[in-house]
Amino acid sequence: MALTGAEPNRAGAAEADAGAGRQLSGAEIVVQALLDEGVELVFGYPGGSVLHIYDALFKQDTVRHILVRHEQGASHAADGYARATGKCGVCLVTSGPGATNAVTGIATAYMDSIPMVVLTGQVPTPVIGSDAFQEVDTVGITRPCVKHNFLVKDVRDLALTIRKAFHIATTGRPGPVVVDIPKDVTDPNIKIPYHYPREIRMRSYNPVEKGHPGQIKKAVDLMLQATRPVFYTGGGVVLGEGSAQLTELVRATGFPITSTLMGLGAFPTTDGQFIGMLGMHGTYEANMAMHETDVLIAIGARFDDRVTGKIEHFCPHAKIIHVDVDPSSISKNVRVDVPIVGQVAGVLTEMLRLYQAQKPQPDPAPIADWWAKIADWRRLDCLQYDRTSAAIKPQFAIETLYKVTDGELYLTSDVGQHQMFAAQLYPFDKPRRWINSGGLGTMGFGLPAAMGVQLAFPEAQVACVSGEASILMCIQEMATCKQYSLPIKVVLLNNGYMGMVRQWQELFYESRYSHSYVDALPDFVKLAESFGHVGMRVERPADLEDAMREAFAMKDRFVFLDVVVDPTENVYPMIAAGKGHHEMHLSPSLTDRELA
Amino acid sequence: MRHIIAVLLENEAGALSRVAGLFSARGYNIESLTVAPTDDPTLSRMTLVTTGSEEIVEQIKKQLNKLIDTVKLLDLSDGPHIEREMMMVKVRAERPDREELKRLTEIFRAKIIDVTETSYVVELTGASKKLDAFIDAIPEGLLIEVVRSGPTGITRGEKGLTLS
Repeated sequence: MALTGAEPNRAGAAEADAGAGRQLSGAEIVVQALLDEGVELVFGYPGGSVLHIYDALFKQDTVRHILVRHEQGASHAADGYARATGKCGVCLVTSGPGATNAVTGIATAYMDSIPMVVLTGQVPTPVIGSDAFQEVDTVGITRPCVKHNFLVKDVRDLALTIRKAFHIATTGRPGPVVVDIPKDVTDPNIKIPYHYPREIRMRSYNPVEKGHPGQIKKAVDLMLQATRPVFYTGGGVVLGEGSAQLTELVRATGFPITSTLMGLGAFPTTDGQFIGMLGMHGTYEANMAMHETDVLIAIGARFDDRVTGKIEHFCPHAKIIHVDVDPSSISKNVRVDVPIVGQVAGVLTEMLRLYQAQKPQPDPAPIADWWAKIADWRRLDCLQYDRTSAAIKPQFAIETLYKVTDGELYLTSDVGQHQMFAAQLYPFDKPRRWINSGGLGTMGFGLPAAMGVQLAFPEAQVACVSGEASILMCIQEMATCKQYSLPIKVVLLNNGYMGMVRQWQELFYESRYSHSYVDALPDFVKLAESFGHVGMRVERPADLEDAMREAFAMKDRFVFLDVVVDPTENVYPMIAAGKGHHEMHLSPSLTDRELA
Repeated sequence: MRHIIAVLLENEAGALSRVAGLFSARGYNIESLTVAPTDDPTLSRMTLVTTGSEEIVEQIKKQLNKLIDTVKLLDLSDGPHIEREMMMVKVRAERPDREELKRLTEIFRAKIIDVTETSYVVELTGASKKLDAFIDAIPEGLLIEVVRSGPTGITRGEKGLTLS
């Protein structure tokens, strides 16, 4: 028997022993495999092709199933769970529309490299290809937005395939894996002996672990000679659990550090060495530092177009070091000088060791000069806004949220202006606290993602910052929140517009606000109440803090806080498409002090 | 620049569509692609010909390697190698042209593998350029149909693209 002894940290390992060698149906194998993987939560929605699996779920109580209200909610919730915990998210949906509804969430997870296993029902194998009821080519549809996918045609392949799916999803550069399971494969009347392999080796899949020592040495040599260095770190540091190692290295070097949207929290945002997020809505100091740096140390970041701006203007003076677990990330958009393929945490540890071994340590004077320059840029105070406004400024709402929650939130976000304001103004000091759709930019992500986070951490404060356009894209999940008593707080920055669309139309389309005004909004207070929740509305800056305190004081209630904000506010700084880091638009209040 | 890349893939359903999908999704050029199982029935060998700058070809190889079904990959263009492509050509072969076509076939060391009163099918194997030259040499108006396999390739010398 392949399975012996239980791994102590694996929930369900005892059951694994119980399951090994028993005669199980395909449906029972699915559930037993989830137990053996230590899966606590499955987000799903039943339907014809997965009824056998749902029946097997019904007969046990170790794997907890969370019934969402739309399959997109299931994939986002599994994704949110994975982002907050670092474990693999799992969702279960039926064939056809169940699978297609889940696709947006799968693509979202793919773009941000989130480990997730998606089990989809499929029509029975004899009718595959016959345009059967609720048939869709799930493997074909999901192929470009998964790390890998499988169609299981024989129950004897089921356990091994699920093991492979978890292995692939969680190792190397993580990502979603779809396992498509035809209904006849889960037939309760066909039983086979169950074996779940603990170890798995695939000749075609061997992710790189350790970085090349020679390359690491080259990188450290460059760092030791740097006079204007910058760390540029991304979501890979969070995914690779390299936060502690990064923090140590950054502190040991004394270099400034900037982060992408996905990397926020990997290094404490309130630390003086952190110079803000970079990129399209990054800080003046971070983007200027990128423009002037002589040694760029990119860790777990992928040189996304929202970060680099125009490639021709990107870091024109820099030698570039790039650490990434995925070889195909290296020199994809920007040619780098010292590529290091490997697990971020291990490479950072080795970098620190080599850096500290250098005797004597490098002259601190050039770095001090560099910091003086950065301090000048910082003095511009590029995130400032009008604090005297009679309307609630969205920035003020985020700052108040930070104040009221002591920076301790798990904060999920939808996509648009509110997302950028939160990224700029809610400092995250820990990884896995800021949960948003960076790569795909999926409106509707925030609320279901928050469900995944809250279910993972029932005692934690979880909030979703959203806009009135985004929130409506998955609003049905308020019913799920009610069913499972999830005390999430929705902080809605309601400006009546698709704010980011409106901003681009104002700046680049001569204020022709084509279809960006969200007419006929619901009464969010009543809407929340109709789902059985608490709804609140705030319109004046003076009332905001008290309202937020009141909302967060309701520890066991879902509260929907509709904050009416200034519809004309824009996110600054902003690098327009096709511009370089040094060509930022600044807030109009700053333009008379435009960049030197 | 033109590159000929050989890939050993798991012989799984869908492996080919992953490769084809990768090229279309990322906008890479693909000139030809051939694939068949190897002596080891669990493996398929694919040969693809692509063009692009060095940066793009580098990305193509990385992205191919990243596919879970890819076991091993070799850019044959990196070293000495042999390329062969197979072609079948159907030509109009009526009495006045039959001798000329037969002579051409001999010059190119091709074979006539089907004969009717009015047509030949000619089989020819060689480097792609030789195949092009044969087509160019066929007298105007006689060409009916051309079928090409796309090139396959192998490295010269003892070392090969194998699992060991």
